[in-house]
Amino acid sequence: MSAPLLSIEGVTAYYGAIAALKGVDVTVDEGEIVTLIGANGAGKSTLMMTIFGAPQARDGRIVFDGRDITRVPTHDIARMKLAQSPEGRRVFPRMTVLENLQMGAAVTSYAHYDEDLERMFAIFPRLKERASQRGGTLSGGEQQMLAIARALMSRPRLLLLDEPSLGLAPLIVKQIFSVIRELNRTEGLTVFLVEQNAYHALKLAHRGYVMVNGRITLSGGGRELLEREEVRAAYLEGGRH
Amino acid sequence: MAAPASPAAAPSPLIAAVKDAGIAALIALGLALPMLGLVTTQTQAGMGLVPHWDRVAIAVVAVFAGRLLLNLTLWRPGRRKSALAVPPKVEATLARTAKYLGPLAILFAIVMPLLPFTERYAIDLGILVLTYVMLGWGLNIVVGLAGLLDLGYVAFYAVGAYSYALLAQNFGLSFWICLPLAGILAAFWGVLLGFPVLRLRGDYLAIVTLAFGEIIRIVLLNWYWFTGGPNGISGIPRPTFFGIDFDRGPDGFAATFGLSYSPLHRILFLYYLILALALITNLVTIRLRRLPIGRAWEALREDEIACRSLGINTVNTKLTAFALGAMFAGFAGSFFATRQGFISPESFVFMESALILAIVVLGGMGSQFGVAVAAVVMIGGFELFREFSDYRMITFGLVMVLIMVWRPRGLVSSRSPTVFLKEKKAISGALVQEGHG
Repeated sequence: MSAPLLSIEGVTAYYGAIAALKGVDVTVDEGEIVTLIGANGAGKSTLMMTIFGAPQARDGRIVFDGRDITRVPTHDIARMKLAQSPEGRRVFPRMTVLENLQMGAAVTSYAHYDEDLERMFAIFPRLKERASQRGGTLSGGEQQMLAIARALMSRPRLLLLDEPSLGLAPLIVKQIFSVIRELNRTEGLTVFLVEQNAYHALKLAHRGYVMVNGRITLSGGGRELLEREEVRAAYLEGGRH
Repeated sequence: MAAPASPAAAPSPLIAAVKDAGIAALIALGLALPMLGLVTTQTQAGMGLVPHWDRVAIAVVAVFAGRLLLNLTLWRPGRRKSALAVPPKVEATLARTAKYLGPLAILFAIVMPLLPFTERYAIDLGILVLTYVMLGWGLNIVVGLAGLLDLGYVAFYAVGAYSYALLAQNFGLSFWICLPLAGILAAFWGVLLGFPVLRLRGDYLAIVTLAFGEIIRIVLLNWYWFTGGPNGISGIPRPTFFGIDFDRGPDGFAATFGLSYSPLHRILFLYYLILALALITNLVTIRLRRLPIGRAWEALREDEIACRSLGINTVNTKLTAFALGAMFAGFAGSFFATRQGFISPESFVFMESALILAIVVLGGMGSQFGVAVAAVVMIGGFELFREFSDYRMITFGLVMVLIMVWRPRGLVSSRSPTVFLKEKKAISGALVQEGHG
C-alpha cells in the first residue's frame, strides 16, 4: 500500500497552557473522503488549523505528500496543493464573488485561471449569477459555495472542509454535500471534512474519525460508524436531519 | 435623534414634544452654565469670574424653541423618514458620474494656473491642496486598501522632508537625485515601523503608529547638531528645472527660454511638479489595485486568516503596504521642503497626521476620487475661512459630525471592483454594515 496523502502522527496543540489536541493520529489516503466528527469544542477545528500551521503542532508530525509540513508557515502550506475552506466560511465581504475567486487562484499565479473559473461556475451556477456581487451580501449557502470554490481555484489535491453545513438549511447542506461527493467521484479530489452534522458526514465519507476532548476515540468506515451504538447515542439520536 | 414617541406613553404629541424640548433645554442649561455663563477676567487679585446669566438664558431659550419647532415639524412622530440619507438611485448616478468627474477634475487642475483670472494666491492654494491630495492618496494605500490604521503617517512626511533638506545642504545633491532617495529612506522607515506592528491590529496598531510619529518628531527636535532642533533647517535649495535655476541671472529659466523674468515661473513649476507627483501616486495605486499585491492588500483588510490560508504571505503584504505608503509621503515631504525652503519639527505634529487621516476617512476609505474631494474641501475650506480661524476647529468638528451622520462610509463610499465578467457594477456602501471592512 502506498503512503497516505496526509498523515497526522501524535499531534498535540495548545492554546496557551490549554491542550486542545492531546495526541491525534489521522491518515487520509489519496482519493478518499475522510470525515472527523465530534461535539463542540472537541478540537476538530483546531486540528484543521494545525494542519495549516496556525497554531503549529507542539509535538508529533504532519506529513503531506511525503513532506513534513509541521513547521512550515501557513502561507507556504497553502502553496502545496492543499486548500482549506475555513470554519465560518471567511469570504472577503467587501470584495466581489469574482475577486474572491481570484484570490483563491493567487498561489497558482493564475496559470489556469479562466479555465478554473468556468469550472467553478459550472459546479456552482449560483456563483456566476452573483459574480459581481459583494461576498458579504451573499446568503449563507452561497457564501459556503464561494468558500469551497475559492479553495478549489488553487487546484488542490487535498481539500480541507471545516463545517460546511454550519448554519445552513438542510436542503442547501444536501446540495453542498452532493457537490463534494461528485468532485470526489469525477475528479478524484481527496477531502478531509470536519463536521458536526454526523449523519450527513458519515453517509458521505469513506472513513470517519470521532474526536472527544482532543483525542480520537473511534475510527472506521463511514457506514460502519453510523451503525455503532456509541456514535448513534452521542451524535445521532434526535439529531437526524 | 428623533423624538421618543410611543403612542401609549404619550397621549398627545404636543406634550411629548414639549417634554423632549424641556429635557434638551435642561442639558443646554448644564452645558451653558460653565461655558457661557462664567467668564474669567484679570483682576488685581489675580483671576476673577464674571457671570453672564443673560447669555445662558438666551442659549437655553434658543435650544428649547428650536427643539420644540423641530419636534413639531421635521421630527414629528409618524412622519415618514427615508431609510437611507441618500437614495440608492442618486448614489448610483453619483458613482457613474464620478467616472467622468475624475478626468474632468484632472483637466481642470492642469489648466487652472493658466487661466487668465487665476491669481498667484490660487496657485499657492492649489499647491497646498495637491500636497494633501498626494498625502491622502499615499495614506489611502495603508489605511484604505490594506486596512492598517496609521496615526503616525506624518513621520514619513518628515523623513522625506529632512532627507531632502540634509542631503541637499550637506552634499549639494540636486532635488531630482534627492527625490527618489527621500522616497527610499521613507520607505525604509515604513518597513522599520512595519516590523514591530506586524501582529497588531486596530486600536493597538493605531497607538503604536501614533507613538512612532511622536518619536520621529521628538528625535528631530532634540538631535540638535544634526537636524538643527527646534530651529529647523533653513536655506533649503529651491528646485531647479532639470538643472536650470529659476532666477534673474543669464543662466536662469527665463533667460534660457527667452522669457521675461517672473517669480511666477517657479510657482507654476512647483504647481505642476506636485500635480505630477500626485498623479503618479494615483496611477500607481490604481495599477496596484488590479495586480495581485493590491488585491492581497484588500483581502488582508477583509480577513487576515482567510488570506493566510489562501497562500498570501501576510508579512510581506503588510510591509509593502507600509513601505509604499511611506514612500509617497517621503516624496511629498521632499517637495514640501523644497517649496518652503525651511522646515522644522513644528510642521510635523500629530495634528497633520490626524488631518490626513480625516481626509482619507471622510473621502471614503479606498476611493481615490473621494480622497481628492475631501482634501480640496478640508484644506480649501481651512484657507477660505482663514479670517474666522477662531471657529475653524468648531467648523471642522461640525463637518466631521455631519459627514458621519449622512455619509458614514465617507463621501464616495462605493468601491469599484477590479475584475468583471461583463459590465462594471459599483456597489453601494450603504448596503454593507458599518465596521465591516
